[in-house]
Amino acid sequence: MPSLGADMDEGTLVEWLVAPGDRVHRGEVVAVVDTAKSAIEVEVFQDGVVEELLVRPGTTVPVGAPLARLTDGAAETAEAPAESPASPPATEALPAEAALGGPVVTSPIVRHLAHEQGVELADVRGTGPQGAITRADVEARAESRSTGRAVQGTVRPASSPLARRRAAELGVDLAGVRGSGPDGAVTVADVEAATGAAPAGTGPAAGAVPVTRASAATKALAMREAIGALMARSKREIPHYYLSTTVDLSAALARLRSDNATRSVSERVLPAALLLKATAVAVRSVPEVNGFYVDGAFRPSAGVHLGVAIALRGGGLVAPAIHDADTLTLEELMAALKDLVARARAGRLRGSEMADPTITVTNLGDQGVEAVHGVIYPPQVALVGFGKVVERPWAVDGLLGVRPLLTATLAADHRVTDGHRGGLFLAAVEALLQRPEEL
Amino acid sequence: MTLDARAVVARVLAQVAPEAELDQVDAGADLRTELDLDSIDFLNLIEGLKEETGVDVPESDYAEVRSLNGLVAYLVARAA
Repeated sequence: MPSLGADMDEGTLVEWLVAPGDRVHRGEVVAVVDTAKSAIEVEVFQDGVVEELLVRPGTTVPVGAPLARLTDGAAETAEAPAESPASPPATEALPAEAALGGPVVTSPIVRHLAHEQGVELADVRGTGPQGAITRADVEARAESRSTGRAVQGTVRPASSPLARRRAAELGVDLAGVRGSGPDGAVTVADVEAATGAAPAGTGPAAGAVPVTRASAATKALAMREAIGALMARSKREIPHYYLSTTVDLSAALARLRSDNATRSVSERVLPAALLLKATAVAVRSVPEVNGFYVDGAFRPSAGVHLGVAIALRGGGLVAPAIHDADTLTLEELMAALKDLVARARAGRLRGSEMADPTITVTNLGDQGVEAVHGVIYPPQVALVGFGKVVERPWAVDGLLGVRPLLTATLAADHRVTDGHRGGLFLAAVEALLQRPEEL
Repeated sequence: MTLDARAVVARVLAQVAPEAELDQVDAGADLRTELDLDSIDFLNLIEGLKEETGVDVPESDYAEVRSLNGLVAYLVARAA
């Protein structure tokens, strides 16, 4: 079960798209997984032949649990490290309180390393800040693990994130709670029954809601909880600073207008795509805003994988990535944006899109607000915000005129950059939007 | 034969914004505000309408199709 974003700690296998005996190639979509946020298509990370599917549809497993076993297709059965991590010896089983501590969020880089080493993150005790799993933890685990075979199933009782949080609040050991949910999953009601606690009356997220039914309300609640947990972590850990600048969009909008006039409707480019392109290209001049802050250090990303915050109908949002956005033409970027929005709302995003944005853009212009001061998605280090385009009096070369103006903002991580570098980045975005023909 | 433009709009909207309820819409008000459509939704609506009716609404005519009434009238006037 891959981690599809920093706020995910378990997923439910919805559907297999491959069967034993199928040959699969790196990047191919092999399964659909449901998370708190949406259904996501999971890609395989290496070439091989499916030997065995280890998790049945409908089963919820923690991040890091093996989903299937692959062979390399040769006569001998090779242990595919990514898909068949060793099982932990019983003596090293996670203490219950560690499992209760809520999602131990790890960086994509650490997840990637764990993946390479065939280490199940659920088996690793984190020594980083707030119990985060570091590279060293994964490496130590890879060295010390036994030679056990791949195992199916979970390493702790199945439970909803809500139930785990409630258990943590009430000091309940989930291992001692009998689950009444699907497949014996522990629900909030089970946790509360175990202590005799009344449903919590404080706050809409706690208690009272029947989590055993996967109703739309429950899904919305789960998403709100996931977003809340991630944003709380961001505000707790990241020393944000905020910058804002006003951009004259006359040239950019004039170019789009003239280009779009000769295009059929399916080829038209919206201002949103131009803003994304300017952001992606501006990263080249200030690369410190693009990457991840993990293990107490900034790790820049070679590629610009632009996260795009997309509001979902019925509430909530996702911020999947457009990969290598700086290398796409404006037309390609527009097509990618339309595709991403459609799939996000249909619940068909891919795992890689969820897991690895390196900088995120939020555009609230359609909602009618002029500026957005965003919250950074950890472990990213910057978030760019755009408001709506408004016509305002604006002086250029000493002459006053009415111009379409846009407020561009940057929320960035003080552990990595300061206002000077952040300001250069925002200035680069602005400068690029004055030369739309180069985008 | 007149085009049942309202029915076409309803059909396309059902795909663009499945939860949109056209009956609840103030037909004289801004459709995007009424249905909380973003710029991509609106582009998808215009694209879907072109596929269904052959009428391509250029950006320069967007002011005419802001409301449901305006959009329906635009389609009826231009559909062959």
